[in-house]
Amino acid sequence: MRVKFTVNGEERTADDVWEGESLLYVLRERLGLPGAKNACEQGECGSCTVYLDDTPVCACLVAAGQVQDREVRTVEGLGSEEELDPVQQAFIERGAVQCGFCTPGLIVAAHDLIRRNPCPKDAEIREALAGNLCRCTGYEKIIDAVHTAAAHSRGEATS
Amino acid sequence: MRTFSYVRADDVDAALRAITDEPNAKFLGGGTNLVDLMREDIERPDTVVDITRLPLAEVEELPDGGVRIGALLRNSHLAAHPVIRSRYPMVAQAVLSGASGQLRNMATVGGNLMQRTRCLYFYDDAAACNKREPGSGCAAIGGFSRSHAVLGASASCAATHPSDLCVALAALDAIVELRSSRGTRRVPLVDFHRMPGDTPEIETVLADDELITAVELPPPPSGVSRYRKVRDRASYAFALVSVAAALDVQDGVVSSIRLALGGVGTKPWRAYQAERALLGAPATEESFRAAARAELADAVSLPHNEFKIRLAESTIVAVLRGMS
Ligand SMILES: Cc1cc2nc3c(=O)[nH]c(=O)nc-3n(C[C@H](O)[C@H](O)[C@H](O)COP(=O)(O)OP(=O)(O)OC[C@H]3O[C@@H](n4cnc5c(N)ncnc54)[C@H](O)[C@@H]3O)c2cc1C
Ligand code: SF4
Ligand code: FES
Ligand code: FES
Repeated sequence: MRVKFTVNGEERTADDVWEGESLLYVLRERLGLPGAKNACEQGECGSCTVYLDDTPVCACLVAAGQVQDREVRTVEGLGSEEELDPVQQAFIERGAVQCGFCTPGLIVAAHDLIRRNPCPKDAEIREALAGNLCRCTGYEKIIDAVHTAAAHSRGEATS
Repeated sequence: MRTFSYVRADDVDAALRAITDEPNAKFLGGGTNLVDLMREDIERPDTVVDITRLPLAEVEELPDGGVRIGALLRNSHLAAHPVIRSRYPMVAQAVLSGASGQLRNMATVGGNLMQRTRCLYFYDDAAACNKREPGSGCAAIGGFSRSHAVLGASASCAATHPSDLCVALAALDAIVELRSSRGTRRVPLVDFHRMPGDTPEIETVLADDELITAVELPPPPSGVSRYRKVRDRASYAFALVSVAAALDVQDGVVSSIRLALGGVGTKPWRAYQAERALLGAPATEESFRAAARAELADAVSLPHNEFKIRLAESTIVAVLRGMS
C-alpha cells in the first residue's frame, strides 16, 4: 500500500509498504530517519517515541496504515545541527547520554513534558519518563538534564 | 507477523460492514495490544479494520447526571477530561496508574476493555496454554504463578485480567454499549468479561462482529472515591492488587459502598460480598477487615500467589480507612 503523511513539516510518501510494517519501520527503513530507535518492539522501552499529531507515541506499535494524512514529528525535527533544541543541548551539557540508544526517545518525551509543565519536579519527571528505559545512566543525569532544559526553555541561565 | 489486509473505516456502518464481510477480521484501536500480539503470532487476523477515525471519541454529559464515553477516546484524554477528573476521580486515577504516557496516548477505551492477559505462558509459544491453544493445558498451574488470580480461577486457567480502568468501571456500575448489524445492546461491565471455566479462550460476551461503541457511567456514587494500585515498583507495572472504592459514611455508619478489585481475579472483580458486609456496618477497621475477609473467603491460591490474599485484605482495609 501507499502511505502519505507529513514528517517534520514535509509531505512524504512511502510506496509498497507492507501492512505489517510499523510507523517506526517506515521512518527508519523507508524515509531515512534513523533517530527513533528500535529496541523492544513491544511498547515497553520508549526508544521509538515520536510525536503523532502532536502527542508522543511508541512508533513500534503504530501500524503504518494508521498514519495516512497525519502528522509525525521525530527527534530529527526538534532542532537543527546549527541550533539544537534546549532539551538536546541540556542532554549534552549534563552528560545524560552514554550509549545513546534511549536518548532520542527520551528527548521527545522530555520535550513534551516541558511543553506541558515548564517547571517539573523530580517526581513529575520520573513519572513522565517512566515509559522510557535506559540501561546505562541510572537516570540521575537524565533528570538533571530535564531540569536544565526546563530552565533554558523558561529563559533562565544555568550553571 | 503473518500477512493480513488493512482496511480503514470512516464511520460505524463501514466498520460493521468490514467486520462482517471480511473473513477472520479484527478491529484495530490504538494497537498497543493487538499489534504486539500479532507480532508474537498469538493473534492472527486476516484483515485488520482500523477504527481509530470513527467519530466515537467524545465524553458527553447525560441528562441523568451520568456520562457517555466514546469507545475510541484515548486513555490519556479520558484521564485528563475535566468531568471525569472532578466527578469520577477513580477513573482518572486508574487510567493514570496504567502503562506509560506514550501508551495511554495511543490506547483507546474499547481496546482497554478487550486487552488480553499478561500471563507469561500466554506469551510463550513453547508453553501449554488453554487460552492461546485451547485444550493444550495450563503451564501456570504447576508453573510460576506469582502474578495469577486467586479469585475466579478454574482448572483450565488462572490468568488475571490486566486492566486498571476496568476495575474502576466495575465499581461504578458502568454499562458497555455494543453495536452490530443486528442492532445495539447494552451490557453491564461486570457481565462483559467472562469467567474462564472450561473455555478460557472466550474472554468476553462480545460477538465476533460486534463493535464497542461507548461506555456509560451512571451518576457517581455519593461520598469519596479512590483507586489504589499495589505493584512491584512505583510506576509502569501491572497490578499485584488494586482496589477501586467509593465510600460514604453517615453518623459513623457505612451508607454507601462500591468496591472492586484488580490483580487478583480472572476478570475485573466487583466485591459484592464485601459490599454486603459493609453496608449499614460501623465504619471501623474491624468492619473493613471483616468485609475484606468475606470477599476473600473463597480465594484459592497457587504455589506462588498466596501473598495476594493477605495483600488484598490489607489494601482494602488501608484504602477504606484512608477514606473514612
Ligand atoms: C508495556 C505495556 C504496559 C502496560 N501497562 C498497563 C497497565 O499497567 N494497566 C493497564 O490497564 N493496561 C496496561 N497496558 C495495556 C494497555 O492499556 C492496553 O494495551 C490498551 O488499553 C489497549 O487499547 P488499544 O486501543 O491499544 O487496543 P488494540 O491493541 O487496538 O486492541 C486490543 C483488542 O481490542 C479490540 N478492540 C479495540 N477496540 C475495540 C472496539 N471499539 N470494539 C471491539 N473490539 C475492540 C481489538 O480487536 C483487539 O482485539 C500496558 C500495555 C503495554 C504495551
Ligand atoms: S493461566 Fe491461562 S493464560 Fe496463563 S498459561 Fe494457564 S491457560 Fe494460559
Ligand atoms: S521499540 Fe517501541 S517501545 Fe521499545
Ligand atoms: S544511554 Fe544507553 S540506554 Fe540510555
